[in-house]
This record gives sequence, C-alpha cells and structure tokens, in this order.
Amino acid sequence: MAEREQIRKPAPSPREQSVEESPPASERGSDIKAQLDDLLDEIDEVLETNAEDFVKSYIQKGGE
Amino acid sequence: MAVPKMLGLETEYGIVHRGASEPNPISASSLLINAYLIAHGQAPEPGRAAVGWDFTDETPGNDARGGAPAGSLAPEIETHLVNAVLTNGARYYVDHAHPELSTPECADALSVVLYDRAAELIAARSMEAVRMLLPPGEEIVVYKNNSDGKGNSYGCHENYLVSRAVPFSRIVTGATAHFVTRQIYCGAGKMGSETSGMRLDDAGYQLSQRADFIEEEVGLETTLKRPIVNTRDEPHADAAKYRRLHVIVGDANMSQVATFLKVGTTALVMALVEDDAMPREFRFATPVAALRQVSRDRHLRQPLELADGTTVTALGVQWELLAAARAYLERRGADAVGGEVAHLVVARWEEVLGGLERDPGELAGQIDWVAKLRLLEGFRDRHGLDFQDARLRALDIQYHDLRPDRSLAARAGLETLVDEAAAVEAMTEPPPDTRAFFRGRCLQRFAAEVVAANWDSIVFDVGEGSLRRVSMTEPARGTVAHVGDLFDECDSAMELLRRLGSAGA
Repeated sequence: MAEREQIRKPAPSPREQSVEESPPASERGSDIKAQLDDLLDEIDEVLETNAEDFVKSYIQKGGE
Repeated sequence: MAVPKMLGLETEYGIVHRGASEPNPISASSLLINAYLIAHGQAPEPGRAAVGWDFTDETPGNDARGGAPAGSLAPEIETHLVNAVLTNGARYYVDHAHPELSTPECADALSVVLYDRAAELIAARSMEAVRMLLPPGEEIVVYKNNSDGKGNSYGCHENYLVSRAVPFSRIVTGATAHFVTRQIYCGAGKMGSETSGMRLDDAGYQLSQRADFIEEEVGLETTLKRPIVNTRDEPHADAAKYRRLHVIVGDANMSQVATFLKVGTTALVMALVEDDAMPREFRFATPVAALRQVSRDRHLRQPLELADGTTVTALGVQWELLAAARAYLERRGADAVGGEVAHLVVARWEEVLGGLERDPGELAGQIDWVAKLRLLEGFRDRHGLDFQDARLRALDIQYHDLRPDRSLAARAGLETLVDEAAAVEAMTEPPPDTRAFFRGRCLQRFAAEVVAANWDSIVFDVGEGSLRRVSMTEPARGTVAHVGDLFDECDSAMELLRRLGSAGA
C-alpha cells in the first residue's frame, strides 16, 4: 500500500488561511457529536422493522 | 465569453408501492403524480388533464461531438405517460419507471437549492395525496437516491447553459477534472459496491452512489455505458449561441449544502472553461478508474495518475480549481455565474475543502456521505453490528426517504440554506429571474388557454382556429423584470398574445 501516501503539492495553497477563517465548522461539528446519541435513539424508533425484507424488496428499474 | 449560467436539476426518484400484491412502478409513478396534480389544483378543472408537455423540440439524440460513434443509443422519449408542467415552471412526469421532477431554470445555485427543496416537498405532498386513494395497508413511498444496491441506477441530472463558441473537447477536459474529484463533497454515500472486481475497504462504504455505474469517458447514453461527460446536444434555447451541458455523473443530494456546492462549483468551472481560465488540464491517465478510485477513498489520500505521469489528489485538484475560480471572480466579476451567490459558493467551497483536509467528520452537518457514515458507524457501534448487516443497508436507503416522519437525512442535523416557508412558496411560484417566470405565470393565469408547454415555448389555444406558439429561446428573458407588468395589465391570454405581438417573451 506504499502508493497510498499523499502527494503534497509544493504550490502555495489557501489551506493555511482557511484554518483560521473557518472555526464555525468545528464548533458545528462538536455540537453535532453531542446530539448523536439522541439521533441514534430516533433511528432505533423509525428504522424499518424488518430490515432484511425491506432491503431485499427495494428493487428499482434502471432509469434515465 | 462565459454566458450567464442558467441552471437546473432533473431528479428521478426511487419508488416503492408497499402492500401491493403486484407492484408496478410505472403505474405507481403515474398515480403518485396525478394524485398531486388533483389535490393541489395543478389540474386546471375537473375532467381536464393538466397542461401537458410539448415534445415538438425534443432532440435527445443529437450529439455534441457532431456525428455520434456507431453503436451509441439515443434515449427514447415516452410521450404516453403523465407529463405535467407546474405553475412554478417545473416539469413533473413519469420517466421510465420513476417519478421525475425537473426544476425550473434557475439563475444561481441558491435558487437551485430552493427549487430542489420545493421538489422534495412536492414529492412529500404527492405521497400524502396518493395515500387517500389507496386501499388501507398500501402506501407509495419515494426515495431521493440513485441506486437500489442491486445494480440498478437512476439519475439526478444537472444542466448548465454554456457558450456554443467553446469547442466541446475543451468542455470535456475541464468537466472531467471536476466530475472525477467533486465527489469528495457531492457524494451522497453508499454501502457496498455494484462493480465487480473493485473492492471496498473494511467499512464497505464509498462516497458516491453513482460512480459504480459510470463506464465511459464521453458519450450519448444515459441508461447503459453511462459516461462521465454526456454529449446530448439539445440546448432548449438558441442553438447558435448556446449549449446545455447535461450532466449525468452526479448523485442526488439530501444536504442543501451539497446541492449548493455541486451546482455552484460546476457553474464556476464551466465559466473557467469558457473563458480559458482553467489552472491546467488535469488529463487523467484513466478517468473512469480515477472516478471510482475517488469514490472508494474516504480518507481522501490516494494519488490519481495524470496522463503526463505525475499524480494529484482529488483534494489537490479541488484546491486548484477553487483558487482559479476566486481569481476569475476578482478579474471578471460574477455576472455570468450567479452574481453575489458566486461569492457565497467560493466561501463555502473553501470551508468544506478545509474541513475535508483536516477531518471529514467535521462536515457531518454539511456533506451527505459524511452525515450518512456517521449514522452508520454510530448505529453499528451501538448494536455491535457487522458491516454486512441488513439494518445498515436499510439505514442507507432510509436516509433518502422523503416522508418527513421516516427520513433519516431530515434527522441528521444537516444545515439548511433556504427558508422552509420560501420553499413552500416555490412549490407554486416560479423563479423571478429566468424564462421560467413567463411559463409559470402563463400557467397560473391562463391555464385554460395553454395547450402545451416545454422549455423553450408555450402553445396557446385562444379559440382563433389555429394554435399560437410563443417562443422562448433566450433563457434569461421572460423574467419578472421583462414581463411582470405585462401580466398585471392583461386580463386574458388573448390580450397577452396581442401585447407580445411577434416579439416573443
């Protein structure tokens, strides 16, 4: 898997500035994490009860 | 010179008729749409059909490359199925075995988000309306995804108006660079693989619903051997001035931010191509393989091989395109790419690339594949599931359920960009700043006299013996600024036609 190393471009990029300019993203991220447990409770309630049958019967014709 | 980017989405929805002994997706789709048209007053009067679609100008077999290569198949048009024009300027119809809704033409990416959200609401209201008509125990359910997980795909197509003066080969090169790499924020996420011979990592998850179904670099097909760049040459506008880039490679998005970026960045990249301002060519050694490789690389690390022997990551390409788009706006302004909204696109683009580079998990409130992966991993850990478990596959599908009480995307804490009340209004009101305004107003005011409509014309029957066709080959005309007063001043279709004279809308 040696070819998986990331190749970093030498060209200057805007990513350094972007770290300082976008703190809201990480704040939003931590808020969202705190809500995950509530969310999973809700998923337990609304998820299709017979998942196996549901997935098996979800068949679509190709479109476009 | 870049032409103003008129934009639109055409979304085919997955459909399930629950509780039916012999479900038929075509009749279920017809029933769904008719139930909506009747319940929401979009069928003009009892006994009269909704305003139909006019196929006179449809030429989906025209190929942008000139003569199409032997063996390529043009899509067929089915004219016998439900096919309605809505008062917001949209088209709601049965395509193959799916309900499909095309947004009206929009002048910027935020407007596309608004009309895409309106389309979701129309689908939800359609499901409510059809429930009243079905026997107890039956229900028709609509999903906004692109795959059934069993090798069948249906599309969310995008449209961009571009200048006819640009050589199509240049569009292909620029579009390919963007389409291969934009999945990192446009992907809707998918459990499993539908391509033989390509393995997924141990999480069994990929960024895109659609990448498995893309098999060619360039082509006319949409139902088999699907290409990265589709060559359908059907501008629905003045063909001497315009092309319509018809994009079939993308996923349908539940996240408004993802839709905003998908359409907003692609409009910018098309302007870069038109004005020869691309940072470089990014010619991939094997574009289709690169597309699939990006979809399977949720750590966003893998280098993609370029034809010149160098490599670049998907993030690297996107950073370069962003820098070029920002320079473009500074140098040429934003008139051709949605005005002020283009600056919002660039700001969000940068924020999202930064997040993806640091930790994609930061973007669970903005990007579908990240939001879905968080639900899948959380659910898996809570219940100690194997990644093959059917409950995870069910969760994947139900993320895209458009019933408000069942949708998992609606519960995932996704940021919204448009006001819900505005989206409700957009279900019936056309956008003010494209020709869709003219189409929508005609249907609101004079539906009884409109025989048929399509993207670039409306046909009236005002009882004069012959039908009157109003041509709309200029997508930026027919706006509220052009014809708003005219509608206020006209009491009848006859008067409207007289005032329009031979000038068109």
